[in-house]
Amino acid sequence: MSMTLVQVVVSGLLLGAVYALFSSGLTLIWGMMNVVNFAHGDFVMLGMYTAVMIWTALGGGPWASVPAAAMLIATLGIASYFLLVRHIMRGPMLAQILGTFGLALFLRYGALWTFGANFKTLPDDLVGHSFILAGIRFEGARVLAGVVGLVVTLLLHLLLTRTAIGSRMLAVSEDATAAQLMGIRPQRMQALAWGMAGAATGIAGALIATFFYTSPTVGETLAIVAFVTVSFGGFGSVLGALVAGLVIGVVESLSAYLIGPVYKDVIVYILFVLVLWFRPQGLMGKA
Amino acid sequence: MIKAMRRTVAAFAALALLGLGGTAGAQQVVKIGAVYPLSGNSASTGNYAKMAFEMGADIINNGNAELAKVMPLAKGGGLPGLKGAKIQMVIADNQGTPAAGQNQTLRLITEEKVAAVICCYQSGITLTASAVAERYGIPFLNAESVAANLTERGFKWFFRTTPVAADFAKAYSTFLNEQKAAGRKVDSIAIVHENTEYGNSVSSVLADAFGKAGLPVTQKIAYSANSTDVQPQVLQLKEKNPDVVIFISYTSDAILYAKTMKELNWKPAILIADDGGFNDPAFVKAMGSVTEGLISRSVFAAGKPGSVAAILDELYKKKTGGDGLDDVSARVLQSFFVMAEAINNAGSADPAKIRDALRAVEMKPEQLVAGYDGVKFDDKGQNVQASTLITQMRNGNYVSVWPKSRATHELILPYKGW
Repeated sequence: MSMTLVQVVVSGLLLGAVYALFSSGLTLIWGMMNVVNFAHGDFVMLGMYTAVMIWTALGGGPWASVPAAAMLIATLGIASYFLLVRHIMRGPMLAQILGTFGLALFLRYGALWTFGANFKTLPDDLVGHSFILAGIRFEGARVLAGVVGLVVTLLLHLLLTRTAIGSRMLAVSEDATAAQLMGIRPQRMQALAWGMAGAATGIAGALIATFFYTSPTVGETLAIVAFVTVSFGGFGSVLGALVAGLVIGVVESLSAYLIGPVYKDVIVYILFVLVLWFRPQGLMGKA
Repeated sequence: MIKAMRRTVAAFAALALLGLGGTAGAQQVVKIGAVYPLSGNSASTGNYAKMAFEMGADIINNGNAELAKVMPLAKGGGLPGLKGAKIQMVIADNQGTPAAGQNQTLRLITEEKVAAVICCYQSGITLTASAVAERYGIPFLNAESVAANLTERGFKWFFRTTPVAADFAKAYSTFLNEQKAAGRKVDSIAIVHENTEYGNSVSSVLADAFGKAGLPVTQKIAYSANSTDVQPQVLQLKEKNPDVVIFISYTSDAILYAKTMKELNWKPAILIADDGGFNDPAFVKAMGSVTEGLISRSVFAAGKPGSVAAILDELYKKKTGGDGLDDVSARVLQSFFVMAEAINNAGSADPAKIRDALRAVEMKPEQLVAGYDGVKFDDKGQNVQASTLITQMRNGNYVSVWPKSRATHELILPYKGW
């Protein structure tokens, strides 16, 4: 395998880990309460702006902006739950779709109003310079984003599957009434899910901002990737999002390099359709 | 919600104008529609264009003493040909999609009753929106879409002020052959282009022109401007290592390419960005420091103090809070003044009369903000006196370096980057 090909695969894996991180919030909310958050891409966008603001106002790098974005977007998630989602849950399916879609538009155009349409970027040496390891070139910002992406997604998965709080959340998602009889407060668990999803999404946004451009409509571009990743991996499965993110990252990079960038989406979507054909629930979703 | 608010604001503005008209007597308002990308991937360009339109209308309606010396319409008090009628810009959002561009053009024509339309930045959107104007018989002026086929459709209401792909292709091939004659290596050229109307048509015109000029195009890479990642494309370039790379891109992808080339530490000896996103002030501000020596094209150079271009550049800086005119905003502003001139000459807001006036329009270079040799439309609606300069990025700003007669700085090669 040529050195360039190895470089392509490594780039794809790092990209995939970031895809996984910003998709995990979407899949978590679906798994908990069967709600598709159409404002997800715009949560990522606000996480990115948090990083941009912290840099321009305070000169702070990701060490400051990642925790700040995690807290801010978690708060936004919890607020969205209590002010909007909790109420539209009682309505028909269409109300849920339009509700979060409305939230998406509100956030997107609110950002356009506040920050203007201009593209913002962070200085590219904010995370440290690129380095060469075994002939492969690594960019500091992408390595940080990829590694944190992997770790946070895995932690989220362990939290859901290995802890008491995870079991409680799972119980609520399976049967809220039964869970309530067992002394679990469904609303508290659902709010927690929105908070955790928000935190993961905020972290993803703050990290992506270090190597991507930030604009009010960037969420649209990213949300498509998140939706594909989540349905590929199986709605509701954080581990599925992780595997799907990595697969999509590598397949995108390889097909763009070997066949041509115009065809990379074709390849990804063919794979996507094949997975759904044989496993309609996605790679790791529950049937 | 914002749309509703905009509508309310527009309604109040219209009422206020009508109110003023009432006190002044016979004043009326001529509405000009503009459909630009105020949201979506090219939103930053669209919003700079919007400010150019607002500034242009303000100059005609309220006047500017300094400008009035060189530009008769800048005396203030509206259009003298229409008894002092004021110009009202109705600006709509094409969202960066051909469908929205078409719908908004339809809305401006049927509901806002605009007398003429200036549209749309993206070539693919100009293609669909102009078809609506053609159907309704409304003059359609395009300021900046360069796809060749736009003027080849036999349309009767379509006009275009900007130079087109063939003009740029000629400029680039002459420029590159001069570099070759000066002893630089120009043996392999890569063309990297986004894959909608703009990128596809410009890249094929460039490839044709280079073929005729004996310049070898060795690599062509098409990509989608909405890409989240461009590393594979840059790695493809790195592997073939061409002497010259030409990018045809919008803003978001231009930023990604500049970032990724630095990340992967690769640069060609000559890097040409065919305008578009690379001239967006947002790109220049964000990426100027890592693209030193980047070659682009532009129709705008501020020129001598006291010239139309220099005065408007200063006014625009005040309007935007620091950003001067660039290639796109200068072309937009130019198209606005061409339209104002035509409506004034027509002496009426009747679309057919405006079209006839556009056909007869003749403007001299010293009256222009864009660096054209003049404005005069041929039978297809193309401005035959449009021309371009070649510019180079120096310390975070573009300066003109070619042709020699209009250069303010010496060309410096090879490309330095970061």
